[in-house]
Amino acid sequence: MTDAPVLELRGLRKSFGEHEVLRGIDLTVDQHQVICVIGASGSGKSTLLKTVNLLEGIDDGQVLLQGTDISDPRVDVDATRARIGVVFQQFNLFPHITVLDNVTLASRKVHGVDRGTAEQTARRLLDRIGLADFAGSYPDRLSGGQQQRVAIVRAIASDPELLLLDEVTSALDPMLVGEVLDLVTELKQQGSTILMTTHEMHFARNVADRIVFLHRGEVVEQGAPGAVLDAPQHPALVEFLARVGA
Amino acid sequence: MTLPTGAGAGTPVAAPAPSQIELERRLWRRQRGRRSVVLSVVSTLVVLAVAYFGVVNTPGWAAVQQSFFDPGVAASTFPDILLGLWLNVRILFFASIGVAVFGTVLAVVRGLRSPVFFPLRVLATAYTDLFRGLPLIIVLYLVGFGLPGLGVFPRLPPEFWGTIAIVLTYSSYVAEVLRAGMEAVHPSQRLAARSLGLSHTQTLRLVVLPQAIRKVTPALMNDFVSMQKDVGLVSILGAVDAVRSAQIAQAETYNFTPYLVAGLLFVVISLPLIRVTDAIARRQQRREQIGGTV
Repeated sequence: MTDAPVLELRGLRKSFGEHEVLRGIDLTVDQHQVICVIGASGSGKSTLLKTVNLLEGIDDGQVLLQGTDISDPRVDVDATRARIGVVFQQFNLFPHITVLDNVTLASRKVHGVDRGTAEQTARRLLDRIGLADFAGSYPDRLSGGQQQRVAIVRAIASDPELLLLDEVTSALDPMLVGEVLDLVTELKQQGSTILMTTHEMHFARNVADRIVFLHRGEVVEQGAPGAVLDAPQHPALVEFLARVGA
Repeated sequence: MTLPTGAGAGTPVAAPAPSQIELERRLWRRQRGRRSVVLSVVSTLVVLAVAYFGVVNTPGWAAVQQSFFDPGVAASTFPDILLGLWLNVRILFFASIGVAVFGTVLAVVRGLRSPVFFPLRVLATAYTDLFRGLPLIIVLYLVGFGLPGLGVFPRLPPEFWGTIAIVLTYSSYVAEVLRAGMEAVHPSQRLAARSLGLSHTQTLRLVVLPQAIRKVTPALMNDFVSMQKDVGLVSILGAVDAVRSAQIAQAETYNFTPYLVAGLLFVVISLPLIRVTDAIARRQQRREQIGGTV
């Protein structure tokens, strides 16, 4: 393993037409770190995560994964994405295959793991989140919180170097938020490297190594949770925290 | 929840000049783009050349060229065939309206859930099963020669009966496509519509059908283009359309070029529509789906 950070963003820029969504983002994520990106709707949080995974092209700047520039157009995009796990706000489980197949799909089809081994890993992971009994069920049978936990397990099944979580609890019933956040906490304890956007300030305070506040496409403040949440400097952050009631 | 005013990103500000890295990436992409263009042009030329010389060097090419590609015959028979094509266009116009109406009715009837409509539903199902299976040419004979033979209808031109036959057959195809589209509209859309107090019919007309039609537009266009060609089959009833005109011209000149002329004319009238539908589909996609590079 190199001593380069797992992820490094340098001067990232992205526009949709006239609308500049990211205006020169610099950000590093070191190994075993959990970075929480916070900010108002439309501040560019989701776009930021999408550019990291190359699901969205960038207009300028660089994305470095373990020191390699993956924003270079010569890079094999699919191979790069296979190294990064993503969990979406709306789960995006495949409804036409079982929970077990959802979890093992990438291992079998992308990483070339044989079905037996892949299923063994998947069953172990599902067992850990208490959903082993649902392995043969179709995703629609599960509650939102269960689906989202399966989605997280699907993302980590092939041991990604980096995990991107895009507002993974925003589509959930408040009763179900806890079970998903507990799983994220557990992942951190096991050493996963996570870049996530969230509106759960309490969670961010307890779990994040660093909180990054995004405002109008720029990182205006970042630091340890205590510093950012309790002693905000930038007026936009002060206002944001007042509104979310953190 | 109210949002902080001006919280949206990107009030338009002039972006700074692109970095060296970005410029280099753009250059690479441009070079890559140019290379793709050159490659596609070269491969197209090679394929065309191989096809052309392959055909031209066959032993019977001279004879085939004379009987299918005679410019003189093409020019002299063109006006009559074009006149015939006008009949095809008119049939197509009325048949499209007939198919749109009848096909939708069939699709809706097949989707009715109430037990009261059971007989109607069975009838509609039997109808679509029958007419999707029957070859159009047989329907044309049955309708074009059979119905007038009953002696209850006034004397009507063959193109009228041809249109009826086409409507009967194509309505069954279109009904199935529409039904598939209606089933593909998520049930939550019906729930949302009914929760607003819309009736079953209103829900169907205002919410389900518009979405269903969008989902199946490509399939519908496919049926339409297919119908455009099959309109040429009314010639077997004696209607003087483009195909019939070509047939007459062929009998006069002992040359098959008129058929080729008619065929090309059919292609020409279908092209604009295909392009327009593609454009509409693209616009809809842009409007209703978020972008993305994957």
